[in-house]
Amino acid sequence: MTADRDADRDAEPLRTRYSAWNLLAASRRDHRDWASAWRDAEPKARYDVVIVGGGGHGLATAYYLAKNHGVRDVCVLEAGWIGGGNTGRNTTIVRSNYLYPESARLYDFSLRQYETLSRELNFNIMFSQRGVLTLAHSRHDLDAQSRWANAMLCNGIDAELLDANQVRALEPRLNFGDAARPARFPILGGFVQRRGGPARHDAVAWGYARGASALGVDIVQNCAVTGFLKQGARVAGVATPRGEIRADKVALAVAGHSSVLAGLAGFQLPVTSYALQAMVSEPVKPVLNTVTLSPALGAYWSQSDKGEVVIGGALDHFPSYAQRGSFDVMQQVVAATCEMFPSLGRLRLLRQWAGIVDVVADSSPIIGATPVPGLYINCGWGTGGFKAIPVGGWTLAHQLATGRVHDLAAPFQLERFSSGRFVDEAAAAGIAH
Amino acid sequence: MVQLCCPWCGPRPGNEFSCGGTTGIARPPLECSDEEWARYLFLRQNPKGEHAERWRHGYGCGQWFNVLRDTVSHEVRAVYGIAEPRPGAGSSP
Repeated sequence: MTADRDADRDAEPLRTRYSAWNLLAASRRDHRDWASAWRDAEPKARYDVVIVGGGGHGLATAYYLAKNHGVRDVCVLEAGWIGGGNTGRNTTIVRSNYLYPESARLYDFSLRQYETLSRELNFNIMFSQRGVLTLAHSRHDLDAQSRWANAMLCNGIDAELLDANQVRALEPRLNFGDAARPARFPILGGFVQRRGGPARHDAVAWGYARGASALGVDIVQNCAVTGFLKQGARVAGVATPRGEIRADKVALAVAGHSSVLAGLAGFQLPVTSYALQAMVSEPVKPVLNTVTLSPALGAYWSQSDKGEVVIGGALDHFPSYAQRGSFDVMQQVVAATCEMFPSLGRLRLLRQWAGIVDVVADSSPIIGATPVPGLYINCGWGTGGFKAIPVGGWTLAHQLATGRVHDLAAPFQLERFSSGRFVDEAAAAGIAH
Repeated sequence: MVQLCCPWCGPRPGNEFSCGGTTGIARPPLECSDEEWARYLFLRQNPKGEHAERWRHGYGCGQWFNVLRDTVSHEVRAVYGIAEPRPGAGSSP
């Protein structure tokens, strides 16, 4: 940094608010007078609340603690860099097309937060409600989907059943076959949730980090939690390579590593960690209109704003902490892509990656207390955590601040595994697992 | 994982097999508490590192067997019979 630039900074307060006016005004100084989006803090010795995990859920928890409850003595500890775990390793689809009332309430609250999040955070999260289309390839699919869509309508969530012509109008590049060459997986119809669509994953993490930091939350990167401090049975803080940090309450939002952290705290979770992979093609001009999902083929497609075709599939069906996927699963997903979108068959893949997802028996989350007093957890979202970032943060912040379980989170407590009161949400997976 | 060595069929491609999760879990008596039953059904160590798990050669001989595998590197440390104890772990399976 030059002396000139320092002088510039002294001359005028740094700009923090993103707006057309500030963009124009900042251009006068070559955009050198923007404040950093968040403070990269040094950890203090003590906080009211320490949140382990600087992904979307952890950062949202910190933001809503400060914003909704005025709890600002909060620290977010991230082992790597913020948003570098599953928040940066998913396919960024937001939807609330769930079957059961408990899930519908939870995920639609989240979708409604996403609808206003850019304004709320003053950060463009690029949420594009282009619709999530689920394909029906058989009579059975049609029957199952009319039940699914009607359940959504009963829960007050938008859903629209489509016939084959309506699907063709929505996504004409799908493989409908013709008389000479009928499609191997005929498309008989489907249903669409028009309010669903992709958002920008980094913007969600950065937006919450910026919002939380502005409200006084400390965000500490490159600081892994290596153990828990206990006072009797109660958690009293965390141990890190950068020293011990004491806290009244500790919250875990670490997705696929939930079992590892729970092990350090001395309990087990009903979680198995799997690798879920996704991939993008080279960027091309706009060719896909919606997010299209084929449960029968176990794959789904959308196109990013950069033009890459984003392709997701099923998880690798054996426990894994390796952030890479198996070749045979990738092969299935690519085969499904060539089958459903023959015109994309010549595209080259640009990147492929995997995240470690925390899968539980009923594919529903766990948001609440743990067997260790003072320790709280938000996990179990499995393959669908991104869409739930606002509600995960909102409900856990409520419990951390008030000591009471949030109404939306009440059906999603750890106790359900011994009471048997599951919210067995196959729709959580979106594609068959 | 590219290959697993079935004790009956020898080395075969990984996608002929399916993983059945953690192996060697003893079932508690049926009159146990709900909490203990939940622990048996659902609570798992889910280790990052060495994991003793059962696999089935579904697209082959159909037999179940045990595998000692690293969940980070996916390296297979041992393959042993479904009723055999975990290698190097004393008497507990």
